[in-house]
Amino acid sequence: MAILKANLELCQGYANCVVAADDVYDMDDDGLVVLLKTRVDESDRQRVETAAKSCPANALWLEEE
Amino acid sequence: MSGGVLVVGGSVGGIRTARALRNEGYAGAVTVVEAEPHLPYDKPPLSKVPLDGDAHVPLLTAAEARELDIELRLGAVAIEVRAQANQLALADGTVLDYDELVIATGAAARPSPWSGPGIHVLRTLADARALRESLHGAGRLLVVGAGFIGAEVASLARKQGIDVTIVDPAPVPMARIVGTELGERLSDLHRVHGVEAKFGTTVSALDCVDDSLRATLSDGSEFPVDAVVVGIGAVLELGWLESSGLTLDDGVVCDEYGRTLDFANIHAVGDISKWYQPRLGTSARVEHWTNAVEQANTVAHNIVHSDDLLAHDPVAYVWSDQYDWKIQLFGTRDVAADPLVVEQSDPLRLAAIWQDSEGRAIGGFTVNWPKASVQLRRTIAAGGPADAVHAQLSVPAVKR
Repeated sequence: MAILKANLELCQGYANCVVAADDVYDMDDDGLVVLLKTRVDESDRQRVETAAKSCPANALWLEEE
Repeated sequence: MSGGVLVVGGSVGGIRTARALRNEGYAGAVTVVEAEPHLPYDKPPLSKVPLDGDAHVPLLTAAEARELDIELRLGAVAIEVRAQANQLALADGTVLDYDELVIATGAAARPSPWSGPGIHVLRTLADARALRESLHGAGRLLVVGAGFIGAEVASLARKQGIDVTIVDPAPVPMARIVGTELGERLSDLHRVHGVEAKFGTTVSALDCVDDSLRATLSDGSEFPVDAVVVGIGAVLELGWLESSGLTLDDGVVCDEYGRTLDFANIHAVGDISKWYQPRLGTSARVEHWTNAVEQANTVAHNIVHSDDLLAHDPVAYVWSDQYDWKIQLFGTRDVAADPLVVEQSDPLRLAAIWQDSEGRAIGGFTVNWPKASVQLRRTIAAGGPADAVHAQLSVPAVKR
């Protein structure tokens, strides 16, 4: 199990994460990322991590629990 | 030298390919050859980080390279692909073997027609640092070319209180991107922020007299400047690939899986690559960060899982920070046609949607409205109706 983290100070609303995995990432009215879940199963890890790494602002990452 | 994957080019396309190979579980050697001496860095920040900040945003640190077992050969210039022998030759005489080759050398700034101290292009970290040094304490900047780079540099310079003149031969420089009406809004954005915008104007001369620069424009005006940024587009360097046997046509031509047409173990990603795009029914280059990342992920997958190839069929996406406008652009826009527009004020938000002859959304443009941009990108990717997304975006405008 890994934990998904976001730094809202860095988020610029580029929304690549939302387009890549909209069951995990959403965007609020101010254009900041909203994490719909933060606990990531191993089976889902690669997909969620690829979406996190599509962030041009490096605002998303996974940490080991 | 053992084989493995050899990546030529250490910018976003190349580094993301190398990282994605490890993410996909690739266990062989991964080597990145990069002509520049710096550790890999990201390019969008070069024209977006404030002028008093550090524009070096790493793509791969030395520690990460060690951890991921990615060998970086910095300052190494590739000069020839010997495709029949699966070899890459470097300028220093080294010859590297590969099992798979990924070409990711990007594009270069179109050279400035003028040269001299204080005259800059902006494409590399060295360019960005030299520009920042020139602008330290500068009073007046001339920006030649009002595309994304020019507009972003003008915007950064204004934030530091530098006087800026921006010139472009086109009367409405952004018209070719978003049409005349929205293009005029982007022209006005410069003027609202105190930039002297001279469009439909060219530079007649840039003279260096007694260590100071003097600009003469086609409208007859003449003034001293401390620095000049020439942002007039990008060019490809394909000469080193001419002997490779690869199909070159304004880029390295690839199928929708990122493989070159000529050798299944040679791939290309990023600005230099020209992939077949099923959505468009043609091959096209896409010079955008997000596309390079998506192509890198696709190629890494396809190298590791050659029996389960993934195609990449992008909706082009690019962003630009200009003054207080966060601009996002998507898909393809028929700039001769009027888009559907939703606009809100206080604070300003704008979304424009272009459609094809059957009413499907094909392109979009947003200002300060990331949430609308998500809806637009999704609708375009799904081939959904333009009027429906326009109606959806219009609803909150009524409520406000």
